[in-house]
Amino acid sequence: MIRYEFVPRAQPSTGALVIVPILTVALSILCGTALFYILDKPAGVAFYAFFIEPFLSNYTLSEIAIKAAPLILIAQGLAIGFRARVWNIGAEGQLTIGAICAGLIPITWPQSDNVLMLPAMILVGALTGMVWAAIAAALRTAFNASEIIVTLMLNAIAAQILVYLINGPLKDPRGFSFPQSVPFPDVALYPLLIEDSFLRANVSIYIVLALSLLAWIYVRHSFSGFRLLVSGLAPAAAHYAGFSSNRAVWISLLVGGAAAGLAGVGEISGPIGKLQPILSPAYGFAAIIVAFLGGLNPIGIVVAGFFMAVIYVGADGAVLSAGLPASAPIVFQGLILVFYLASHTLVNFELRRIGGTKGTA
Amino acid sequence: MTISKCSPLLELRNVTKRYGDFIANDAINLTVHAGDIHAILGENGAGKSTLMKTIFGVHQPDEGDILWKDVPVQITNPAQARDLGIGMVFQHFSLFETISVAENISLTIPAPLSDLVKQIRAKGEAFGLPVNPQASVHGLSVGERQRVEIIRCLLQEPELLILDEPTSVLPPPAIENLFATLRTLSVNGIAILYISHKLEEIRALCDQATILRSGAVTGTADPKKTNAKDLATLMIGQDIPQPTHPKTRMNGAPQLTLNQLNYRDPNPNIVALKDINLTVRAGEIVGIAGVSGNGQLTLARLISGEDILTRDHASSIQMQGQPVGHLPPNARRKRGLSFVPEDRLGRGAAPLMSISNNGLLTGHRLGLVKNGLIQRSKRDSFAENCITAMNVQTQGVQALASSLSGGNLQKYIVAREMAVNPLLMVVAQPTWGIDVGAATLVHQRLIGLRDNGTAILVISEDIEELFEISDRLTVMYDGRLSNPVSTCNATCEQIGQMMMGQFAASLEAAE
Repeated sequence: MIRYEFVPRAQPSTGALVIVPILTVALSILCGTALFYILDKPAGVAFYAFFIEPFLSNYTLSEIAIKAAPLILIAQGLAIGFRARVWNIGAEGQLTIGAICAGLIPITWPQSDNVLMLPAMILVGALTGMVWAAIAAALRTAFNASEIIVTLMLNAIAAQILVYLINGPLKDPRGFSFPQSVPFPDVALYPLLIEDSFLRANVSIYIVLALSLLAWIYVRHSFSGFRLLVSGLAPAAAHYAGFSSNRAVWISLLVGGAAAGLAGVGEISGPIGKLQPILSPAYGFAAIIVAFLGGLNPIGIVVAGFFMAVIYVGADGAVLSAGLPASAPIVFQGLILVFYLASHTLVNFELRRIGGTKGTA
Repeated sequence: MTISKCSPLLELRNVTKRYGDFIANDAINLTVHAGDIHAILGENGAGKSTLMKTIFGVHQPDEGDILWKDVPVQITNPAQARDLGIGMVFQHFSLFETISVAENISLTIPAPLSDLVKQIRAKGEAFGLPVNPQASVHGLSVGERQRVEIIRCLLQEPELLILDEPTSVLPPPAIENLFATLRTLSVNGIAILYISHKLEEIRALCDQATILRSGAVTGTADPKKTNAKDLATLMIGQDIPQPTHPKTRMNGAPQLTLNQLNYRDPNPNIVALKDINLTVRAGEIVGIAGVSGNGQLTLARLISGEDILTRDHASSIQMQGQPVGHLPPNARRKRGLSFVPEDRLGRGAAPLMSISNNGLLTGHRLGLVKNGLIQRSKRDSFAENCITAMNVQTQGVQALASSLSGGNLQKYIVAREMAVNPLLMVVAQPTWGIDVGAATLVHQRLIGLRDNGTAILVISEDIEELFEISDRLTVMYDGRLSNPVSTCNATCEQIGQMMMGQFAASLEAAE
């Protein structure tokens, strides 16, 4: 009997690090094609809509920027924690809480023209995102409660808080009973990239790219980033060297929470302009995929974030032109993550054929 | 098949097992009769476990024959060994915690659960192994878990039972019960191979002993009639080197003081530390000898700060007379501690990080970090210095730690830990698995550091090494530390006896 076995590599394959994202995308497309074929949808039209059409108009390019900004921002924050093996799955909730709290400012002063409103919202959004993540950090460090479970459940709580507020205290009295807040004043919104145009892209993408640079410096050059990396790569060595694992948990979750909270501000101060029941098309979860697809590397994440944004924008088109179900983009994201995790095994393991086992006497 | 009383149950003839150039078992001869309780005595690495695994079919001998009831057999796997009638109780239990005793046993013995419950009760009553078959394993004590393991073996009606260090995890009353069970088994004609390094136990239980050293049989004896000194010599040998370096002044200031240190790990399988007292002074090397698994790992972790004590017990560990037992590793390092752990890869160094980043791990205090940013050129030159200081063979500072050989990585870690000019340096297993040249260099550097006034504590299983470099020696056994003796006055028999738990000898010697 011939069997195959995964054998740990002596050192991680650098070749595999390049191959893995390519393999992931290729396998996802292949599997997606098979799915479309089974659904009896034109695969060619679907992929044209998915991957080509988004680049063909100014409108879709602007939409890519709008989607890429939160994805990249959240992924940068999460990746810092993921490198330390702290699994924050609650970016969606941190985004929601950041958006709610930042949104309180324009909701309280809807007629304001104070230009400090947006900076104040950015600050409040980041801080409250941190606070929401800090709950998980406190429970993990005090009781060793799994941050995966806690952050995941805090997502549901945040979503319920949002629904309650916009159906109750924060509901726009003149909103025809729609569950949404009053529209925000202009001073609460990010300036558009191109003023007075129909394109929704705003300057938040610049902020995201600047923060990506900061993340790169933190990861590559700071001692704090180094300590986090040691915690992730060799926890026993980190413990030996005296790098506190509690500190790693706190930094990871606080940075992730701040980034997600900031992304929440980006939504309400960007394309949405108010509080409403759905603030993000699951950016908080898609950003996990972006973080891994980018190899937990700040530069890779920027690339992966734009790629994922293309899928989001392309999916809208594919739903229309190829008649794909609305869940198609989510399925596609799932495929990417699964294939990424599967092919990532090749970085640290190699597939080796082993001989047959001897029969017993 | 019936066996006459004089015909052996198991016979090994010239069994040899090699791993590459290393000979784990060298032409071993062993004879076991039905009903024998036969001890296999030896230090760590003497080849006891390899031999037992050969008998149990885990691996096959390169040379020699195994005879089972006078018939040559090839035991190719444990299932076959069990079919022949050989059972083995391993040191580490293999039970699933979340299911019941009977369910665990049903995984290896195909029988309806209700039948198994009855059988487990019956075996338990017959051999003094009381266990509730329906109890969940997670609620059982270590002793009860061992009983389950033994019952699991007995249900397969073995004629030979191998027990690997069965008492290492048991509290004293449980040991008595175990012995009673083993004697009952023996009376019922079941032969027992009992692996141990504890002399008292072997004397209390066994009729015969085969002593192994460095893979070869150095003697056979009736443990009840042979004195401890002779057994110790057989076990650890006579050729102990004398220290060649000048004696220490012995009057330095105490850098490390352990004062009535008691510690129980949350994991019940780990030996608790009991009433440990020790002082290590500036300018001396104190060696802790002992067979592994007697609490050395825990002690090292407590001194390094990887495990910490509560504030109430902080004064059990003192550096420069100040209580540090409650402080984390970095606070102790600030006070002048450096530490070389026994696991190089994963603990002393991060395998998937470069040599230069691994220098940063504990060397960051030496100005390698400024305003929170890593000073890359300083980091790299620090690593270069460590490489030069100990002649580390590497492709450069950017090579991954995992690409270095064990000896070179050890030299690098030792160099790094010395580079911080420690007041107290703790080294666990300094030369484990590294070549002679590297070992000699490590020894020289440790002695050099001692001469510069550093207090050094070396924990090692290698007695020769400890005799070579230590000024004083102490032995760890079952979580206790013997009184230290001056290395020049110590004899190998004395240390050997202490390693087998005969501390009385050490107390006499100290007087």
